[in-house]
Amino acid sequence: MTNRRQFIKISSAGLGGLLLGGGMGAANRLFVPGTNPEELSVDLTRTPTYCEICFWKCAGWVYKTPEGKIWKIIGNDDDQHSNGRFCPRGTGGVGMFYDEDRLKTPLIRTEERGKQSFREASWEEAFDYIAGKMKKIAGEHGPECIALLTHGSGGEYFGHLLKAFGSNNIAAPSYSQCRGPREVAFFSTFGEGVMSPERTDIRDTKCLVLIGSHIGENMHNGQVQEMSDAIDKGTSIITVDPRFSVAAGKSKYWLPIKPSTDLALLLAWIHVLIYEEKYDKPYVEKYTFGFEQLKEHVRNMTPEWAYGITTIEPDLIRKSAYEMANAAPAVIVHPGRHVTWYGDDTQRERAIAILNALLGSWGRRGGYFNPESVTIPKWPHPEYPTPNRSWKDAFPDKYTLASSSLASGICDATIPTVSEACNFKGWIVNGTNLIHTFPDQKKTIEAIQNLELMVVVDTMPMDITGWADVVLPECTYLERYDSLRHSPHRKPAIALRMPATEPLYDTKPAWWMAKELAKRLGLETFFTWKDQEEVIAWQLKQLDSSLDEMKRIGVKTYDRSWDDLYMTEGEELEFLTNTGKIELYSTEFQEAGFDPMPVFTAHEEPPEGYYRLIYGRAPMHTFSRTSNNPNLTDLMDENKVWVNPKVAKIWGLEPDQLVYLENQDGVRSKFPVKVRVTERIRWDSVYIVHGFGNDNKKLRRSYGKGVSDADLITRVHIDPIMGGTGMRGNFITFKFEPEQIPVS
Amino acid sequence: MRYAMAIDTKKCVGCSDCVVACQTENHVPIGYCRDWVVEILDGTYPQLEMEIRSERCCHCENAPCVRCCPTGASHISDGGTVLVKPHKCIGCGACIASCPYDARYPHPDGHVDKCTFCLHRVQKGLQPACVAACPTKCMYFGDLDNPRSDISMVLKKRKWKTLIPEAGTNPQLYYLI
Amino acid sequence: MNEVTIISGRMNPRVDPHLEIWHWEIPFYLFMGGLAAGILFFAALYVLLNKEDKYGAAVKITPHLAPFVLVVGLLALLLDLNHKAYFWQLYTTIRLQSPMSWGAWVLMLITPISFIWSAIHIRTVFPNWEWKGILKTIEAFLVKQKRAIAWIMLFSSVILGIYTGILFSAFNARPLWNTSILGPLFLISGLSAGAAMNIIFSKDHAARLTFSRIDLMLISIELFLIIHMFMGFLASTQVQIDAAELFLGGPYTAVFWVLVVGMGLILPAILEILELKKYKIPVFVPAGLVLIGGLMLRFIIAYAGQESRWLY
Repeated sequence: MTNRRQFIKISSAGLGGLLLGGGMGAANRLFVPGTNPEELSVDLTRTPTYCEICFWKCAGWVYKTPEGKIWKIIGNDDDQHSNGRFCPRGTGGVGMFYDEDRLKTPLIRTEERGKQSFREASWEEAFDYIAGKMKKIAGEHGPECIALLTHGSGGEYFGHLLKAFGSNNIAAPSYSQCRGPREVAFFSTFGEGVMSPERTDIRDTKCLVLIGSHIGENMHNGQVQEMSDAIDKGTSIITVDPRFSVAAGKSKYWLPIKPSTDLALLLAWIHVLIYEEKYDKPYVEKYTFGFEQLKEHVRNMTPEWAYGITTIEPDLIRKSAYEMANAAPAVIVHPGRHVTWYGDDTQRERAIAILNALLGSWGRRGGYFNPESVTIPKWPHPEYPTPNRSWKDAFPDKYTLASSSLASGICDATIPTVSEACNFKGWIVNGTNLIHTFPDQKKTIEAIQNLELMVVVDTMPMDITGWADVVLPECTYLERYDSLRHSPHRKPAIALRMPATEPLYDTKPAWWMAKELAKRLGLETFFTWKDQEEVIAWQLKQLDSSLDEMKRIGVKTYDRSWDDLYMTEGEELEFLTNTGKIELYSTEFQEAGFDPMPVFTAHEEPPEGYYRLIYGRAPMHTFSRTSNNPNLTDLMDENKVWVNPKVAKIWGLEPDQLVYLENQDGVRSKFPVKVRVTERIRWDSVYIVHGFGNDNKKLRRSYGKGVSDADLITRVHIDPIMGGTGMRGNFITFKFEPEQIPVS
Repeated sequence: MRYAMAIDTKKCVGCSDCVVACQTENHVPIGYCRDWVVEILDGTYPQLEMEIRSERCCHCENAPCVRCCPTGASHISDGGTVLVKPHKCIGCGACIASCPYDARYPHPDGHVDKCTFCLHRVQKGLQPACVAACPTKCMYFGDLDNPRSDISMVLKKRKWKTLIPEAGTNPQLYYLI
Repeated sequence: MNEVTIISGRMNPRVDPHLEIWHWEIPFYLFMGGLAAGILFFAALYVLLNKEDKYGAAVKITPHLAPFVLVVGLLALLLDLNHKAYFWQLYTTIRLQSPMSWGAWVLMLITPISFIWSAIHIRTVFPNWEWKGILKTIEAFLVKQKRAIAWIMLFSSVILGIYTGILFSAFNARPLWNTSILGPLFLISGLSAGAAMNIIFSKDHAARLTFSRIDLMLISIELFLIIHMFMGFLASTQVQIDAAELFLGGPYTAVFWVLVVGMGLILPAILEILELKKYKIPVFVPAGLVLIGGLMLRFIIAYAGQESRWLY
């Protein structure tokens, strides 16, 4: 995280300044190892790794059988992300290695895009093809016209390559399709983002409030573990969800809210806290800006007002607000992770940030802690050339507060419009199945059809690979070195990923691909290392460790440089906002022309006979990327559409009956899906787990299993503040036949 | 020695890590499993209650599978664990039919297979694979004859139940409620 | 509303969504066992009652079927085993609590006896058959011991007949099977099948009528036991009520009441009554119906039983 900011300690301003921005001084810092190497037994049958099945990146051990076959993956006890326990996806990571449907050789397209007809190619041929096209695009349009869309470790190397080539259009869909709004909202409020892993101190909280967040089904390991610990300690959980989620089942209060009205509830909570004087007065007085404006703003936003909007009874709104206030400051109103819902998501996240500020939970034990990460020294390379343009040029005056590149923005800017020439001619897609990741598939495909070069790097023949010109088969995370993990956490730590075995088939690590491409682009000077092992060994030496030590221990945890995990009582603090305070009233938003305080706006409701499409996750899968994993399909091989029994009765739907779903724009699902008749979903909504309905016969276990929500999300509500793609404003109805394709 | 397992239904989120951890640890073939996860929902929206629990062989003290086995392949081993000797098993299926929990299955190699409480790990001082892997730490394993074991302590402290007690099998898989 | 969902796992074929561990082999084997038990029972009975001559077919002709019936039944059992190469493990131990073990050992006893019985009565089929050498001496010895053999055969056939039912009823886990009525029911059904065979093979009209009377009695007992079984279920726990529901409105209702009770019991009973009333009925019709009914009974109980289960 390059733009990580910290509390500035006024009392130790000089030293604090050194930490700011994670500068290059890190190599000089004194590291005190957290574990004693002598205590750890050396086990030659295991090698360290960190998981790549989701982006929590738990560190663990890969065990092999005496015959040298990969056997199992177990968490590393010293890792703060996993605490020695992997989630089902991490444990089932072996299936990613053994999946016989893996990409096996480089492929070059032989027919039109989307047809899935490829021929096997050598690596040389593939690289020559890509380098040739890249040079051609750079010559005709400029190097900025090539973008990288990435979700995975390999992105780092391709990103480096692209920056060296002269483009900084590097985006992860995890921002504009997922957690972007919360980062912007928390930045504008506290001057810092939430980060990943989240800085939520769930372990020590007394009250956890989840707004549509389904921890437990969303299996981000550390959070689930801490929620479980919290349940053990008697923490009360408040869940706001139209669906009776697993977390709702463990909650003291479940608020079965009418979908799309969360902001009204949040404002009513703010009203209760302020007007019943339940907020943390000294904290608000000392650290916040704009309290009076906020108080005035929410004057009429009473629980009774919210009742009419949310269908949550005023009494329940009050009781749940008191529950939070009683637990404060050890309370977390959780920002969630996938929060691009209705297009006003940044404002909803602002309301969440404001609630946390009123409860005084930011920087407090049981609230939000202050994470710290290790700064990894960078292998020296020449200055990157300065790009002339970026994706933002396609959107003058729009999404001004976006703090990262928008993957969907790059997608939009690939389609030429009357006023705007096409910005992008080439995409490198690394480890993200954009067909399912982006809403509005038609647009994604239109964008792809406008490209001159489309490269996909993946381990599996995901839907997106069908649209590539060149497919580069990456070896799995169990077969390669990758950069040291150094995510922020309670204590700074690093984790090593090393190959447990030689790559299967003709697959290669991303760093090798980037280096080979660089050779053909004349960028060798940016890749002066021999391989990642050399880079890591060099870095580890400067981090008071060694490759040998890391092979033995996997994870090295350091002591914090300052004892500032939490604020101390009455501490003088300055926040990295315009006012130096926690901004209840956002001056940044006000300057940019947005509501400085969140305003509730009603969203469209489903027409008669239609139901709001809500999607989410199952603990056994990470989007579509795991949908063909043999171990994980064994746990869950299809999704079902959850339908309330009342709705099922109206439509005469029986459990496990196959239906097609059709959305408000007449788009029908490609495959039928089984009905799950359950009381766990509201009557005005249906629910499906994201990531199924693969339309690719090369994925033999998952082809045609279940339905893809991305197919049905054709209406997108863009967040004007940061460009997030709100995807929950789509409505579906039931159909009993497949779409009639006209005979041409 | 009396091995037993307790599963905290208040903490279990149904992630099924126990299932895949068992599969990889014990080389259970794809398409089969020794443990599984059940969700039970009661009520009408929005008055709902849900219990999620990981299930497996209950290692019954009064094990019908052991009694009905014609060859002695199914037997009671260390700490009361119910095990199958593959080389004595003829694959008649009687034990499968006799189990009220449906905890046994015919292994593709011919013999009957089931949860072993990971005795091979337990004898090395490790926890069963499912218990060791569970991200929610909702599983407890240990010796009931030792009053200070985790499992004895948690069963003393918490309310618990067993599954289908009326079948009279005296199951040693406890559910904390 | 109560929803039980298996979130993951338990996808084991033959265990889910309901038990399907036993297919045609086991009910077929049980039927063959019951049939053999019935045939051998009557053969032994009439020898012991000194009515060997009056019921010559029952003692000397029908029993020649028994070895074939048993061997075919045993082959079916072997087919059912998943670990066939290890079947001999059955005979390395005696497990008194295991019906399977009882069955294995009873068959070990009764199958050779059925061959012996066939051997010493072979001349009723092949009048010119002559055993040679040592076999002749053995035959002479066995013929002398015929009554002793008949006693063993009588008891072992009853055990075999009951065993075919006990195999199911010992399973507490399957509520439909878990009734002690199944032992007597399958025994009676087996005897009825044996009587039916004797009706077919008896050339003597009087003997045939006797077996018709016996069969009629056995059918009445069977009907009584079936009614008794359902009364027992309905007076029991919810799981057994649910099990009975499989036949009282559930998926097995038609097939059970029409094929087993209607065509396998009541119709042959009516035909046999008519025959006793001197109407001319082709003998193989009621006898055939009884045999088919007996086979169906075991199939339906086997399949329905695997669908019945405990509640969570």
